[in-house]
Amino acid sequence: MSFVSRGFKGRRRDDVPPERIPPGQHATRDFPVLSAGPTPHTPLSDWTFEITGEVAEPRRWTWEEFRALPSEELTTDIHCVTTWSKLDTVWEGVSVDTLLAEVETDAEYVTAFCDGGYTTNLPIEDVTDGKAWVAFAYDGEPLDPEHGGPVRLLVPHLYFWKSAKWVRGLRLTADDEPGFWETLGYHMRGDPWQEQRYWGD
Amino acid sequence: MAGAAVLGRLTWLVAEAVDVLTETPRTRTLVLDVPGWTGHRAGQHVDIRLTAEDGYQAQRSYSIASAPGDGRLDLTVERIEDGEVSPYLVDDLLPGDRFELRGPIGGYFVWEDEPGGPVLLLAGGSGIAPLMSMLRHRAATASEVPTRLLYSSRELGDVIYREELDRLAADGAGFEISLTLTRAQPPGWEGYERRIDDELLAEVAWPATERPLAFVCGPTTFVEVAASALSRLGYEPARIKTERFGPTGG
Repeated sequence: MSFVSRGFKGRRRDDVPPERIPPGQHATRDFPVLSAGPTPHTPLSDWTFEITGEVAEPRRWTWEEFRALPSEELTTDIHCVTTWSKLDTVWEGVSVDTLLAEVETDAEYVTAFCDGGYTTNLPIEDVTDGKAWVAFAYDGEPLDPEHGGPVRLLVPHLYFWKSAKWVRGLRLTADDEPGFWETLGYHMRGDPWQEQRYWGD
Repeated sequence: MAGAAVLGRLTWLVAEAVDVLTETPRTRTLVLDVPGWTGHRAGQHVDIRLTAEDGYQAQRSYSIASAPGDGRLDLTVERIEDGEVSPYLVDDLLPGDRFELRGPIGGYFVWEDEPGGPVLLLAGGSGIAPLMSMLRHRAATASEVPTRLLYSSRELGDVIYREELDRLAADGAGFEISLTLTRAQPPGWEGYERRIDDELLAEVAWPATERPLAFVCGPTTFVEVAASALSRLGYEPARIKTERFGPTGG
């Protein structure tokens, strides 16, 4: 139950369509950076992207092989659990469907793993059917390291901590295994429209 | 890694401001009484929610500046000029006013006195707040972990908690402070007078061979520069913990 904070009026933005802002969020024009540790810098010559875990045959791409895959440009809204949302962000990436099409699996979950040790878990249905990408460009430019470059996972319909920066692969799992923030109190799924920020939300 | 931060559901609680302290021209500390608060660990933050008369709500995150076990909850808030929530908290809120709050949140950017190397705290601007919680916790528990703070501000008048920091550094318990003022320095200033860079950090930071644990908090550029410099100095990435304050329309 909420109550009025004396004298608080707020500043509604009339340039922001309210139906695009999930509960508890506000629109920002800049692109804040949040990470738990230093920004890793892996040379592209050492970089690979892997699909491992519960698969018949693991699959691995070098940078050249990855960039030769068909990619898509998309415009989407993103929502960070720290309450900012950014509308109409423009990305280019490889659909996770394209990557998963190359392995055989019955797994129901994935854990994205990253340079720097970060992980995050997702149900496979949240990363398939055109809902998730491995993005290498933002706003027409190669993705900045501080925003997750060379590539980050992009799962825009979930809170943005699920869109793991510096992602290096997907480990397919039978069970939903909590990742970095999910172990530290953040929600297992993180749907912004249901305001699933923390455990129990 | 630190253990779980949140047990069970985080419910919204009612916080009442019992005092409002002016720290600098742009920052105030809200001293809160929060019935039902279950405590926090040094470095954690809270979400707050303000509701206007017409039902409109705004939610933001703020770091906790008080030590665990203080019996009160301090939030130090910096006014962001075109912000929505921070001008209200810094300029309008009065003792007796109430708003909603839930937490504690975040279990990674947390300091607890445990065996290991020395501690390095790097603060940019109001990024000092969660580090202050750590320093207060360190003092309250009489911890002897050698600890250094490098604190970057625009000018002396922007240095938050200055007297308390000086007091903590003077008590001989192994805490040292270095200030850098990036925009203006008073006459006779003996501290640093530039933005942090590799050279400055090499002078102030513990040698990597001592396996220090570093906490870095401030604006994005500050954190990027500081964390990258520590990596180049040989700090283990997993022992550089960062928290970033961006202008997020706060």
